[in-house]
Amino acid sequence: MRTGLLARKLGMTRLFRDDGTHVPVTVLHLDSVQVVAVRTKEKDGYTALQLGWGKAKVKNVSKPNRGHFARAKVEPKKKLVEFRVSEDAVLPVGATLSANHFVVGQRVDVTGISKGKGFAGAMKRWNFGGLEASHGVSISHRSHGSTGNRQDPGRVFKNKKMAGHLGSERVSTLNLEVAHVDAARGLIMLKGAVPGAKGGFVLVRDAVKRARPAEAPYPAALAE
Amino acid sequence: MNLLQEFETEQVKRLSAQRAVPDFSPGDTLRVLVKVVEGERIRTQAFEGVCIARARKGINSNFTVRKISYGEGVERVFPLYSPMIAEIQVLRRGDVRRAKLYYLRGRSGKAARIAEKARGGEALVEAPPSPEPTETEGT
Repeated sequence: MRTGLLARKLGMTRLFRDDGTHVPVTVLHLDSVQVVAVRTKEKDGYTALQLGWGKAKVKNVSKPNRGHFARAKVEPKKKLVEFRVSEDAVLPVGATLSANHFVVGQRVDVTGISKGKGFAGAMKRWNFGGLEASHGVSISHRSHGSTGNRQDPGRVFKNKKMAGHLGSERVSTLNLEVAHVDAARGLIMLKGAVPGAKGGFVLVRDAVKRARPAEAPYPAALAE
Repeated sequence: MNLLQEFETEQVKRLSAQRAVPDFSPGDTLRVLVKVVEGERIRTQAFEGVCIARARKGINSNFTVRKISYGEGVERVFPLYSPMIAEIQVLRRGDVRRAKLYYLRGRSGKAARIAEKARGGEALVEAPPSPEPTETEGT
């Protein structure tokens, strides 16, 4: 299993292809994504790579983290994240990853933090139908209606779908197609939408439900 | 300019180099030659009508063309930079005073006419008067 990439969502646009089709794409940005640390079986009990994205101002980095970055001899990073890898896909600390890691046509899984919706009603949160617009319904048109039975069981069952907090949770979208890769600028374009707001960080991995294409570089595509 | 806008302007440049976008505005009469794929071969089909709206939003720019086909009003929205458009011909410059001519939808016949622009028509991209081997669209 090779590493994924940490990227920032820039927004959506469209690609016009020469065959006349056009593809709605989400643009993800890789900004000096480097390996900051390696977790090993002997030391940590598992194998993983810690990747960092972008550049953080030193004054905004805590002292322990400054030491962490100094040991790896990389610039302080804005965001750190770990990817589990198999032992033959471990990369040296300080290696910079390139957008060519993913090839056009490949399927990837994208994980991000979805947009927060605040306290949402049952209609928005669970796609309930709500109550009728007329026929005697007053005020409660968007309410969830009944929540259970009568004296038996005399309580509301656990996990009953009700109003509550929606969004701002970790969401993975599977099997997104890579539509375009621009390694010079560090852009990856995926067909369709990815979770989260513009400017949010997302994790891009090889799709778990599809075989990795043979032309995808193993263990990773490094930038010179 | 951020990376996303940079990428979009680049694409706009590339697409307008492949097929030039003429200067036109709402009120102008256009003939849009659209590529139609029929199995293996590709032919062009003309859609001729009045441009009633333009949306200028970079690569997502589009324009709306309205025509009366067999007594029925037909509107079609074209992406300005789509490679499926072979050519945009400006047949006539219209003299109108607003950017969106949606009021034409409620009018028909004589009331839906647009006066020709008195001046500025010199810059008109001359189009052949009769349609070439391309068939004009039915409905």
